[in-house]
Amino acid sequence: MEDNHNPLICNIIDFQSYTEFQGSIFSLWSRGYYPLFLFSSDAQNLYCGMAKDGEKPNVLYTRVPESRAYPSLSADIPAFHILERELWEETGIIPLGHPWLKPLRYPKTSGNKMAAHPFLASDSPSLHEVGVGPVHAGVIEPGHFRFICRGETIEHLEIQLGYQHRGVAKLLEQGDLRRKISLAESIAGDTAIGNGLAYCLAVEALCDVRVPAAIAAIRNIALELERIAMHLADLSALSGDVAYLSGLNFFAALRTTIINSSLAICGSRFGKRWLAPGGVNYGISKEQNKTLRRTLSEARLQIDKAAKALFSSAGVQNRFDSTGSITMQNAIDLNLSGVTAKAAGLVRDARSGFPLPAQADYEVLICETGDVHARAWLRYQETMQSLTMIEELLTRLPDLSNPDREQLPLPVPDRLAISIVEGWRGRIVHVVKTDSQANTEFYRVYDPSVHNWFALALAVRGESISDFPLCNKSFDLSYCGNDL
Amino acid sequence: MLTNLIFIIFLPLIFVGLITKTKAVWAGRKGPSILQPYYNFFKLLRKSEIHSISSGIVFRIAPVLAMVSVFCAAMLVPFGSKESLVSFKGDFFLFMSLLALSKAATVIAAMETGSSFEGMGASREISFTAFLEPAFLLIIGSLAYSVGFDSMGSLFYMHSVNIFNEWSVIIAILTAMGLFIMMLVEGARVPFDDPATHLELTMIHEVMVLDTSGINLAFVHYSAALKMVIYSALISNFLIPGNAISIGIPFIFIGGNLALAILTGLVESIIPRYRISRNLELVIIPLSVALLVLTALIVNNLGGF
Repeated sequence: MEDNHNPLICNIIDFQSYTEFQGSIFSLWSRGYYPLFLFSSDAQNLYCGMAKDGEKPNVLYTRVPESRAYPSLSADIPAFHILERELWEETGIIPLGHPWLKPLRYPKTSGNKMAAHPFLASDSPSLHEVGVGPVHAGVIEPGHFRFICRGETIEHLEIQLGYQHRGVAKLLEQGDLRRKISLAESIAGDTAIGNGLAYCLAVEALCDVRVPAAIAAIRNIALELERIAMHLADLSALSGDVAYLSGLNFFAALRTTIINSSLAICGSRFGKRWLAPGGVNYGISKEQNKTLRRTLSEARLQIDKAAKALFSSAGVQNRFDSTGSITMQNAIDLNLSGVTAKAAGLVRDARSGFPLPAQADYEVLICETGDVHARAWLRYQETMQSLTMIEELLTRLPDLSNPDREQLPLPVPDRLAISIVEGWRGRIVHVVKTDSQANTEFYRVYDPSVHNWFALALAVRGESISDFPLCNKSFDLSYCGNDL
Repeated sequence: MLTNLIFIIFLPLIFVGLITKTKAVWAGRKGPSILQPYYNFFKLLRKSEIHSISSGIVFRIAPVLAMVSVFCAAMLVPFGSKESLVSFKGDFFLFMSLLALSKAATVIAAMETGSSFEGMGASREISFTAFLEPAFLLIIGSLAYSVGFDSMGSLFYMHSVNIFNEWSVIIAILTAMGLFIMMLVEGARVPFDDPATHLELTMIHEVMVLDTSGINLAFVHYSAALKMVIYSALISNFLIPGNAISIGIPFIFIGGNLALAILTGLVESIIPRYRISRNLELVIIPLSVALLVLTALIVNNLGGF
């Protein structure tokens, strides 16, 4: 197995002083590495993960400085700004010179109150503020958006989340790590497979278990099915936001076809309980294999037709084109991932950077323009690509109706495992470490939305406020994945 | 006369129901019954109202005021008979003023809630009106040019379409086009507004009535529907020949209206919504169409080419 293949068991590089630690981060950043995580589980030890597609990630470690403060990394590397806010909120360690130090999630234990951390405001009489949420007009998750507008034009947007904070990471650390699959699946309800798979890989790495290739292939199928279903849901919702009824209905119907395929295999339309650490709960029999392949090849034709209609409609082009653009530099600076980054031209995808076991052939697709159209188009292209990948996996999948599942042994003590999975939204990172008694020392979860939310704030600057919902939907970020 | 009243009261909500049904059928769904807007209407009538603490008396009476003015405006239009309920020389000025009054009431009520959304909606709605009113006056004025300033009813009758006269057809089609676009704008339909959206930042008409509830909301729904039906009634009147027997008129009229409802549903199914920033460019279209109507009328009056 090559170094950069999932799951990743990493050595910890110990730095004597914070200065060396910081120097190493800067040097890695300048060589194209990007941050995976920065946290302190006990306010004493500071961990930072730096990764680069195709290379084994580096885990940097140092002791928190005596002064409980350090010069902020965000000033030089904007990608750290959200991680430093999280670190400060959780431990009180102050990043000196951080440009906008505010709590990220406002958990009850922190004692922080939103009123004590005002939003950016302006006294200018030609500007007005619009506050939206946390309760929205549709059935969506809670989050507050504070706009500063000049007439109909957005000058600034600040996003405040945290309303969905459930303490998932803390719950994952308590008790037997091997029995947390349903908790991992509910980190973000729309990414049950993505987070479930990241959890399974991390736990198996800790327990030194490898699943057979056929099981790994089924997991890949599950992951790609989720991607197809969610991309179709997004295309449907994007059509709905511009009142393009045909797209709204066709894509929603096609999504149902796909999630019903999951239902037929594992009894859950969202793939819950399909995966399990050490294997899968539900295999794919010869019959199911045949049915799934037929369903998907029919769906492929219909998706193609619906997408051709959508992207050739002049009215839709008018709305999608040049709306909510971000640049490739934004994507690099802010450590964006998923469709958001790829639509802006950044070639970054965990499926090519950190391949899963038994993965199908994969090549990263990108667009250049970084606007709503690019994100929509890329979702369509990725859907077709995922269909091909599943087709390939199904062709070589043996008949496997009742797969055996290995009993997991106790985790290996003092081991740090990282799993990096390209969920439909982007890079999902789970980091878990065992202590010398083989208990869980920490379990950290990083949804792509943590970084990607800031891309939305940048994308809508200068746009019309009435186009905000369209931009928002084109990123389709997770509230609960961010809030944990 | 009685048919007028019946149509004014019952047609609007069926019109909306038929639009929704058309959209559902286009999407391959069954969709709610055509009578669903009625069920909603009577449901709302039984509900109590909730007022936001920042709103006052204007917010409470505005929906009634708006409905009454639209209703009075409807009485000036022939609904399924040759005559309108009330009619006098130059009544279209009153007609215009009543429509403007209903809009002013809605806008002021929206401003009074102090909500930033409703303020945005009000500003968008008023900017549309600024372009629509001149277009409507120009169309009416053009029609009056050839037959003299008479009542609304007779104005549309005198121009009822005659398929043996190409100019009559041209004038009817152009006027109908202008009025149809006005209907889509005034009725807050796609492509100018999206009545089905839940996104408060993109709404125009819907956002102005976000705080309205109960009986007043029922009135708001009814007056919005009636406003659309007024425009579709004006268009339908073109189809009624001058020598039609009076028993047949209501059927021609209702056929025209239902066809327009289906057409609106199809437009909504096929055309995505425009960008709000580009809407104003498109709201000017009726004004240019009105100019064409005037040109056609002049040419016709001079005896054609």
